[in-house]
Amino acid sequence: MAELKYDKNGRLLFTKEMKDEGYTILAPSMAPIHFNIVRNVFVHSGYKVEFVDTAGPEIAQTGLKYVHNDTCYPALLVIGQLIHALQSGKYDVNKTALMITQTGGGCRASNYIFLLRKALKKAGFEQVPVISLSIGMEKNPGFHLTVPLIRRVLAGLVYGDVLMLLSNQTKPYEVNKGESMNLVNEWTKRLTDEFAKGDSYRPKEIEEYLDKICESFARIEVRKTPKVKVGVVGEIYVKYARLGNNDLEKFLADQDCEVNLPGIMGFALFKVDNRLEDIKLYGGSKAKFQVCSVLFNYLEKLEGMIIKYTKKYGFTPPGEYAHIKKLVKPVIGYGSKMGEGWLLTAEMLELAESGYENIVCAQPFGCLPNHINGKGAVRKIKELNPKANIVTIDYDPGAPKVNQENRIKLMLAVGKEELEKQNK
Amino acid sequence: MKLGLDIGSTTIKCAVLDDNNKLIYSTYQRHYSQITEKIGEILSTVKNEVDGVENATVALSGSAGMGVAESCGIDFVQEVYATRVAANTFIPGTDVVIELGGEDAKILFLSGGLEVRMNGTCAGGTGAFIDQMATLLNVPLEELDELAKKHEKTYTIASRCGVFAKTDIQPLLNQGARKADIAESIFNAVVSQTVAGLAQGREIEGQVVYLGGPLTFMSELRNCFDKTLKTKGICPENSLYYVACGAALCSSKTIDFDEVIGKVKNYKGAGNFAFNPPLFENEEEYNKFIERHNKAYVETKELKGYKGRAYIGMDSGSTTVKAVVLSENCELLYSKYMQSKGNPVELIKSFLEEVYEINPELDIASSAVTGYGEDIIKNAFSVDYGIVETIAHFTAAKHFMPDVQFVIDIGGQDIKCFKIHNGTIDNLFLNEACSSGCGSFLQTFANALGYSIEDFANKGIFAKHPVDLGSRCTVFMNSSVKQAQKDGATIEDISAGLSLSVVKNALYKVIRATSPDELGRRVVVQGGTFLNNAVLRAFEQEMGVEVVRSNIAGLMGAYGAALYSMEKVKDRENSKSSIADKAYLDNFVHTIKVTNCGLCNNNCRLTINTFSGGKKFIAGNRCERPITKKAPKNDRNIFSYKLELLSQYKPVEGRRGTIGIPMGLNMYELLPFWWRFFTELGFKVVHSPYSNRKIYQKGQQTIPSDTVCFPAKLMHGHIKWLLDEGIENIFYPCMSYNFDEGLGDNHYNCPVVAYYPEVIKNNMKGIRDINFIMPYLGIHRPKDFPKKALESLQRYFPNLTLGEVKAASKAAYKEYENYFSKLRIRGDEIINEAEQNGREIIVLSGRPYHIDPEINHGIDKLISGFNVSVVSEDVVSARAPEFHTAVLNQWTYHARLYAAANYVSTRDDMQLVQLVSFGCGVDAITTDEVREILERNNKIYTQIKIDEITNLGAVKIRIRSLLSAIGRE
Repeated sequence: MAELKYDKNGRLLFTKEMKDEGYTILAPSMAPIHFNIVRNVFVHSGYKVEFVDTAGPEIAQTGLKYVHNDTCYPALLVIGQLIHALQSGKYDVNKTALMITQTGGGCRASNYIFLLRKALKKAGFEQVPVISLSIGMEKNPGFHLTVPLIRRVLAGLVYGDVLMLLSNQTKPYEVNKGESMNLVNEWTKRLTDEFAKGDSYRPKEIEEYLDKICESFARIEVRKTPKVKVGVVGEIYVKYARLGNNDLEKFLADQDCEVNLPGIMGFALFKVDNRLEDIKLYGGSKAKFQVCSVLFNYLEKLEGMIIKYTKKYGFTPPGEYAHIKKLVKPVIGYGSKMGEGWLLTAEMLELAESGYENIVCAQPFGCLPNHINGKGAVRKIKELNPKANIVTIDYDPGAPKVNQENRIKLMLAVGKEELEKQNK
Repeated sequence: MKLGLDIGSTTIKCAVLDDNNKLIYSTYQRHYSQITEKIGEILSTVKNEVDGVENATVALSGSAGMGVAESCGIDFVQEVYATRVAANTFIPGTDVVIELGGEDAKILFLSGGLEVRMNGTCAGGTGAFIDQMATLLNVPLEELDELAKKHEKTYTIASRCGVFAKTDIQPLLNQGARKADIAESIFNAVVSQTVAGLAQGREIEGQVVYLGGPLTFMSELRNCFDKTLKTKGICPENSLYYVACGAALCSSKTIDFDEVIGKVKNYKGAGNFAFNPPLFENEEEYNKFIERHNKAYVETKELKGYKGRAYIGMDSGSTTVKAVVLSENCELLYSKYMQSKGNPVELIKSFLEEVYEINPELDIASSAVTGYGEDIIKNAFSVDYGIVETIAHFTAAKHFMPDVQFVIDIGGQDIKCFKIHNGTIDNLFLNEACSSGCGSFLQTFANALGYSIEDFANKGIFAKHPVDLGSRCTVFMNSSVKQAQKDGATIEDISAGLSLSVVKNALYKVIRATSPDELGRRVVVQGGTFLNNAVLRAFEQEMGVEVVRSNIAGLMGAYGAALYSMEKVKDRENSKSSIADKAYLDNFVHTIKVTNCGLCNNNCRLTINTFSGGKKFIAGNRCERPITKKAPKNDRNIFSYKLELLSQYKPVEGRRGTIGIPMGLNMYELLPFWWRFFTELGFKVVHSPYSNRKIYQKGQQTIPSDTVCFPAKLMHGHIKWLLDEGIENIFYPCMSYNFDEGLGDNHYNCPVVAYYPEVIKNNMKGIRDINFIMPYLGIHRPKDFPKKALESLQRYFPNLTLGEVKAASKAAYKEYENYFSKLRIRGDEIINEAEQNGREIIVLSGRPYHIDPEINHGIDKLISGFNVSVVSEDVVSARAPEFHTAVLNQWTYHARLYAAANYVSTRDDMQLVQLVSFGCGVDAITTDEVREILERNNKIYTQIKIDEITNLGAVKIRIRSLLSAIGRE
């Protein structure tokens, strides 16, 4: 075990020695495709990152034991998962660190890291440092989110978004079952190999790869029988993580639906854009505005590539950020930035507009921003687009899967009826 | 021919339709969770009784049948969808269907834009809720309807869930309210929950159809809906079979009956339910366990002919009344355990009569009473002492274990636990909303599965795989239990699993403990629920500690009260108890009158009890005013002062028109700012009044999220009030940020406070006819503020100038400062006065909007009635320097809480009580942190959860326990 060092407030730091000693850095998985690809970005930079992807009821049980039970479900799961991993005996707890994201917004999520530290203390893992994966929040001598690292992570997210989008659009229709997932796995392998070498993150390389990836998916033989098209939006963890949403994607697939999960890129753009909007709304430093604009423009460029190549091969491209931002204007103000903020509402509008009228809005029970942007906005969305068929589902350790699935089935029954009407 | 099955949460319905869609066969049966067996049984019967049914198309509906249908090859139809198909077929022209089931409530809008709604994660207002309430009133379900028909008045009862409603109903019962009125109130609660929770702003009009068990069987419930909706709905023939008929109508596939019956019989779900280790490895372990617990034993002695001195202890609890007579050597002479049935006075009277009957010469030295009914019993029977429950339980626990460190009491409907530090009660936990899981919970399950509670509990003792059911709402536990059964869990596994979940609920939800070291190793457990050996064992197992349980675990409150009365008596030889004697009982009269106080805006509903000899006892009051007829002194209560101060911001006529401000959430603090700002600009500023029930109801139907906090829900009513006043401009800005008071890492508002105007905009149609002004404004940047404010206001008021706005802004910032300095000056005065007179100071902490009387339910008055001074967190937060918290300290209001906790920790004469609104997500973080700050400094943390309706009885217990712990009671 490396020497334990603390900052002036008594926070245990992740030191350079820890990095050099090859500490394993455990982080919770969320969107499996994305996270698998991104892992090697960290490995390449010398961080032995491992995304924990465990499941099962004992995760929530562990969370309930160490976290305030009224805390949002994602915190409960993520913390439960990490502590469960430390308790599993699989890792040397004296040579392990944890890492979770911290956005710094006005939502409870910014506090996950502190709740994790409290839980570690309760569980007797005080020697395990926690790294905040954030821009400008907590600093650690042994971990630096450098510009090259950020660029590589972003490239990983781009690949992840594209693979997720393509497989979602081909899988339900493929003639030879399993072909889409095979392609996802193949590309994941290739891209992780590239990342291990530190390559394939430059815009030009990304373009080349996107072209190839989209082309390969376009070659999958499909039979386009009409299916109920379902969009999924929600609090980011519950939206993507199967642990958080009781494997919603699989359930929808089993119900013979085509699923559309808007990508992580939109969220990244949204979070950067918030900093610009803040300055526009309340005033602020011009220099900060400039820096954020550079990042924002870079992200938009990446987004443009996703749109360009998915379109090129006849896939439904993701809604363009600038467009969905315009869509939401009559419904929610741009200042609503906590959690998924107005983006969540905007995604629902965009999904309904592009043929995915059947929507699951997934949130942790009692999610504060979703009172505003989710449940609070449904009425207005339906007014603007009467076809929108939205069901809001709460997730928490006590909400039984049966009840959730039953409500989704109701939404699907209405969607199916609509589909049959159209095909008559 | 078509056949439909409907597998509901408690019943199975089957319907067969002929080719003209005429119902030719139907059956309705309770399934006692034996779902697969019942399906097979019903299918066999149908096959024998209905000719030609083999060729019928078949479909299955109902949430409990979901997995079964799929694996047995029957088509599944979602039940709401089935209802809709049936309604369209049988009653064309239906506009709205309201259907209540066992655990579901649904509204379907069929005309003018199809919408189907189902209750979300909260199960209030369903059949299960009505069942629970009937149990609480101790009347059969059928009688509930008959009772309701005889009502004279209705009370407001929360219908969100049984736990909430119980806390409303119990005090009413204890105060002597009529059951008929309560029955009607329960129905009204169901109506309001359904309408508010599911309609979400959409009008229910046109032809309304009522379906489902509760609405079919209870005509008064239908009446209540009719009255609220101002319509006359119909409950069609066969209303119970609509889902089944709908499934039949949707069916398209025939089945092979024998094959399906076979499959259903052999149905084993996934077979993989999560389970815990068994409670006992073997018989031997069990015997040792029993032997160990038999040691804590209270000796008994015959009451008849007993000559010595006697002590009487009574515990008038929420659902049960317990009473004991002790000898001078603490032996049990007589005891009684009674279901409270809503009238503790009658029960205690009969208890005393029995005692006097058995031993007419009994020499009673002293007596004491505790529990919810303490006040009324003490008054009715001149009991010597009334003590708070925690003290009673502690006294009893000490008797069995003098160095006890932790006492946990799980009763029928309550969980009470406390730590003992240096011989005094140090930390109190009570169960609250959404943490049910007490004795009655096991009882309900036992009954639902067709067992007595004793048999059911014993089944769990040797279970091999106790099901892991988690710990949440009873209603949802139901679905989890059904799922586990489908997955192959036995009754034994479920029984043990439920016992475990009671324990886990208590430990992780109520106490928030993770290890025995947090509780201390010396633990006494009590309460009727612990007489159940499976629960006792589960507790020991989960905590890894051996505890003490006495043979009178269910009577500990009463036993403790008797012991207390013994301790208090100075002269053990000659003292004479004041308790009612036989002559008094013979002539005992008790009349009850219910009235509204009306002396202040809390408008408490008073129950005036009159006893023999004209003795009066008033219940339901928050302050002494209805008794003394004098207004309580406000000079020791900052909450009253704040309200007074805010009411000084009165409208001033202005040249530019009127601006309306809704008095809710952050406006409780920012009114001075905006009032000055707009008044300076030449507007007449009108704000809605402080909240009351009527205002809440005005906007109730437009609330889109039933789980948002009550203060936010109130906002809808305030906007409606302003609209009704005909005000042309309503100003309610969005504010991500609040003022930076330099207490924390950032200065956000919580998402709900920050963006609630968006919810108003998107859900209240009325605002479209006026100017609803809701710009995003940043008062945290005074320099940028005027320009930004002007930009957003010019849209509505083009002739505003920057100069004017600058001047107005300056005045506004000044006004805000003024308000705060006035507040702090008064706060300092209160503190100084308390210091001089040696009075305890309670820092009643929460959010600015917690001063709203409809939100705090007069808790401030109740507390100051205990002869303590009350200040708020913002009075003392400025006294504390910035310090480092163990959480991200990023919200302005919450930073004050931490600072206040930190300051309180430095003073011996201050205690912090935190008000927490139910559903406040942020407080999941703040409560733990505030608790840690206080406990680190050896202070007691007291939390009071408040919602739409709050049980002041529980609040009283908390406050009294706190005061007694610090030696002030």
